[in-house]
Amino acid sequence: MQIKVNGEIQQVSEQINLTQLLNDNQVDNPDMVSVQVNGEFIAKEDYASTILSNGVEVDFLYFMGGGQ
Amino acid sequence: MKIEATILEKLIEHAKAALPAEACGYLAAKDGVVVKHYELTNTDNDPEHYSMDPKEQFDTVRAIRADGLSVAAVYHSHPVTPARPSQEDIALAYDPTISYVIVSLAKDIPYAKSFRIQKGEVRPEELTLV
Repeated sequence: MQIKVNGEIQQVSEQINLTQLLNDNQVDNPDMVSVQVNGEFIAKEDYASTILSNGVEVDFLYFMGGGQ
Repeated sequence: MKIEATILEKLIEHAKAALPAEACGYLAAKDGVVVKHYELTNTDNDPEHYSMDPKEQFDTVRAIRADGLSVAAVYHSHPVTPARPSQEDIALAYDPTISYVIVSLAKDIPYAKSFRIQKGEVRPEELTLV
Protein backbone atom coordinates (compact mmCIF):
# COMPACT_ATOMS: atom_id res chain seq x y z
CA MET A 1 0.00 0.00 0.00
CA GLN A 2 0.99 3.61 -0.30
CA ILE A 3 1.39 6.20 2.45
CA LYS A 4 3.05 9.59 2.72
CA VAL A 5 5.98 9.90 5.12
CA ASN A 6 7.37 13.35 5.85
CA GLY A 7 5.82 14.55 2.63
CA GLU A 8 7.21 11.75 0.47
CA ILE A 9 5.23 8.81 -0.87
CA GLN A 10 6.41 5.42 0.34
CA GLN A 11 5.31 1.92 -0.55
CA VAL A 12 4.86 -0.10 2.64
CA SER A 13 3.50 -3.50 3.54
CA GLU A 14 -0.08 -4.02 4.66
CA GLN A 15 -0.63 -3.96 8.43
CA ILE A 16 2.59 -2.06 9.08
CA ASN A 17 2.65 -0.31 12.44
CA LEU A 18 4.42 2.88 13.47
CA THR A 19 7.27 1.08 15.21
CA GLN A 20 8.03 -0.85 12.04
CA LEU A 21 7.72 2.26 9.89
CA LEU A 22 10.20 4.18 12.05
CA ASN A 23 12.57 1.23 11.91
CA ASP A 24 12.25 1.06 8.12
CA ASN A 25 13.11 4.76 8.03
CA GLN A 26 16.34 4.21 9.97
CA VAL A 27 15.13 5.85 13.17
CA ASP A 28 17.58 4.53 15.75
CA ASN A 29 15.99 6.28 18.72
CA PRO A 30 12.21 6.11 18.36
CA ASP A 31 11.87 7.45 21.90
CA MET A 32 13.38 10.71 20.64
CA VAL A 33 10.95 11.33 17.81
CA SER A 34 7.49 12.83 17.81
CA VAL A 35 5.00 11.34 15.40
CA GLN A 36 1.83 12.66 13.85
CA VAL A 37 -0.59 10.60 11.77
CA ASN A 38 -2.88 12.76 9.69
CA GLY A 39 -1.86 15.69 11.85
CA GLU A 40 -2.64 14.05 15.19
CA PHE A 41 0.07 13.30 17.73
CA ILE A 42 0.53 9.63 18.57
CA ALA A 43 1.74 8.74 22.07
CA LYS A 44 4.99 6.80 22.11
CA GLU A 45 3.38 3.89 23.96
CA ASP A 46 0.92 3.56 21.07
CA TYR A 47 3.46 3.28 18.26
CA ALA A 48 3.39 -0.51 18.14
CA SER A 49 -0.39 -0.70 18.24
CA THR A 50 -0.95 1.98 15.62
CA ILE A 51 -1.60 0.13 12.36
CA LEU A 52 -1.31 2.36 9.32
CA SER A 53 -3.85 2.30 6.55
CA ASN A 54 -3.54 3.10 2.88
CA GLY A 55 -3.25 6.82 2.15
CA VAL A 56 -2.42 8.07 5.64
CA GLU A 57 0.08 10.85 6.14
CA VAL A 58 2.76 10.17 8.71
CA ASP A 59 5.17 12.81 9.89
CA PHE A 60 7.98 12.26 12.33
CA LEU A 61 10.69 14.56 13.60
CA TYR A 62 13.41 14.38 16.15
CA PHE A 63 13.55 16.15 19.47
CA MET A 64 15.67 19.26 19.05
CA GLY A 65 17.52 20.70 21.97
CA GLY A 66 20.92 21.38 23.40
CA GLY A 67 22.99 23.66 25.50
CA GLN A 68 26.14 25.70 25.30
CA MET B 1 26.67 24.01 3.34
CA LYS B 2 25.84 27.00 1.15
CA ILE B 3 23.84 29.82 2.68
CA GLU B 4 22.72 33.19 1.43
CA ALA B 5 24.61 35.97 3.20
CA THR B 6 21.37 37.74 4.10
CA ILE B 7 20.14 34.62 5.90
CA LEU B 8 23.28 34.44 8.00
CA GLU B 9 22.74 38.08 8.94
CA LYS B 10 19.18 37.22 10.01
CA LEU B 11 20.45 34.36 12.18
CA ILE B 12 22.77 36.75 13.97
CA GLU B 13 19.94 39.26 14.38
CA HIS B 14 17.76 36.51 15.85
CA ALA B 15 20.54 35.45 18.20
CA LYS B 16 20.94 39.02 19.44
CA ALA B 17 17.20 39.57 19.80
CA ALA B 18 16.84 36.42 21.89
CA LEU B 19 19.46 37.49 24.44
CA PRO B 20 20.03 36.62 27.17
CA ALA B 21 18.46 33.32 26.02
CA GLU B 22 19.61 31.06 23.23
CA ALA B 23 17.80 31.37 19.92
CA CYS B 24 16.80 28.41 17.75
CA GLY B 25 15.17 27.62 14.45
CA TYR B 26 15.24 25.79 11.14
CA LEU B 27 17.11 26.53 7.94
CA ALA B 28 15.53 25.60 4.63
CA ALA B 29 17.22 25.14 1.30
CA LYS B 30 16.42 25.17 -2.38
CA ASP B 31 18.78 23.54 -4.85
CA GLY B 32 21.38 23.07 -2.14
CA VAL B 33 21.42 26.66 -0.91
CA VAL B 34 19.89 27.85 2.37
CA VAL B 35 17.49 30.57 1.34
CA LYS B 36 15.20 30.98 4.35
CA HIS B 37 15.28 30.74 8.12
CA TYR B 38 12.36 29.97 10.41
CA GLU B 39 12.56 31.26 13.96
CA LEU B 40 11.18 28.93 16.62
CA THR B 41 10.47 29.39 20.30
CA ASN B 42 13.14 28.30 22.72
CA THR B 43 10.81 26.67 25.21
CA ASP B 44 13.64 26.59 27.78
CA ASN B 45 14.02 30.39 27.44
CA ASP B 46 17.44 29.93 28.95
CA PRO B 47 20.91 31.42 28.31
CA GLU B 48 22.51 27.96 28.29
CA HIS B 49 19.87 25.64 26.86
CA TYR B 50 17.32 25.38 24.11
CA SER B 51 14.46 23.04 23.29
CA MET B 52 11.94 23.20 20.47
CA ASP B 53 8.22 22.60 20.88
CA PRO B 54 7.20 19.56 18.77
CA LYS B 55 3.96 21.13 17.56
CA GLU B 56 5.81 24.24 16.42
CA GLN B 57 8.38 21.97 14.78
CA PHE B 58 5.68 20.12 12.80
CA ASP B 59 4.02 23.38 11.81
CA THR B 60 7.37 24.79 10.67
CA VAL B 61 8.38 21.73 8.68
CA ARG B 62 5.01 21.80 6.91
CA ALA B 63 5.51 25.50 6.18
CA ILE B 64 8.93 24.70 4.73
CA ARG B 65 7.37 22.09 2.44
CA ALA B 66 4.61 24.50 1.46
CA ASP B 67 7.30 27.03 0.51
CA GLY B 68 8.78 24.46 -1.84
CA LEU B 69 11.91 24.11 0.28
CA SER B 70 13.55 21.32 2.25
CA VAL B 71 14.91 21.21 5.77
CA ALA B 72 18.67 21.66 5.65
CA ALA B 73 19.63 22.40 9.23
CA VAL B 74 18.66 23.36 12.72
CA TYR B 75 20.39 26.36 14.22
CA HIS B 76 20.82 27.68 17.70
CA SER B 77 22.92 30.34 19.35
CA HIS B 78 25.61 30.33 21.99
CA PRO B 79 25.41 33.73 23.69
CA VAL B 80 28.79 33.59 25.43
CA THR B 81 30.59 30.48 24.19
CA PRO B 82 32.21 29.53 20.88
CA ALA B 83 30.38 28.07 17.90
CA ARG B 84 31.18 24.47 18.63
CA PRO B 85 28.79 21.71 19.74
CA SER B 86 28.70 21.25 23.50
CA GLN B 87 28.49 17.81 25.02
CA GLU B 88 24.76 18.39 25.44
CA ASP B 89 24.45 19.46 21.79
CA ILE B 90 26.20 16.27 20.71
CA ALA B 91 24.21 14.02 23.02
CA LEU B 92 20.92 15.46 21.78
CA ALA B 93 21.76 15.50 18.05
CA TYR B 94 19.53 12.61 17.02
CA ASP B 95 18.79 13.59 13.43
CA PRO B 96 21.54 12.26 11.14
CA THR B 97 19.99 13.79 8.02
CA ILE B 98 20.53 17.48 8.75
CA SER B 99 23.27 19.94 9.64
CA TYR B 100 23.59 21.69 12.95
CA VAL B 101 24.48 25.38 12.74
CA ILE B 102 25.68 27.27 15.79
CA VAL B 103 25.80 31.07 15.97
CA SER B 104 28.21 32.45 18.53
CA LEU B 105 27.97 35.90 20.07
CA ALA B 106 31.01 35.29 22.25
CA LYS B 107 33.29 37.59 20.29
CA ASP B 108 32.87 41.17 19.16
CA ILE B 109 32.06 39.92 15.68
CA PRO B 110 29.37 37.20 15.69
CA TYR B 111 30.06 34.15 13.60
CA ALA B 112 28.54 30.78 12.76
CA LYS B 113 29.78 27.29 12.05
CA SER B 114 28.06 24.22 10.68
CA PHE B 115 28.45 20.59 11.71
CA ARG B 116 27.16 17.16 10.88
CA ILE B 117 26.66 15.11 14.03
CA GLN B 118 25.99 11.40 13.69
CA LYS B 119 26.00 8.96 16.59
CA GLY B 120 28.16 11.27 18.69
CA GLU B 121 30.67 11.93 15.95
CA VAL B 122 31.08 15.60 15.07
CA ARG B 123 32.23 16.60 11.61
CA PRO B 124 32.65 20.30 10.82
CA GLU B 125 31.47 21.32 7.39
CA GLU B 126 32.23 24.36 5.33
CA LEU B 127 29.71 27.18 5.55
CA THR B 128 29.88 29.01 2.26
CA LEU B 129 28.21 32.38 1.75
CA VAL B 130 26.54 32.90 -1.60
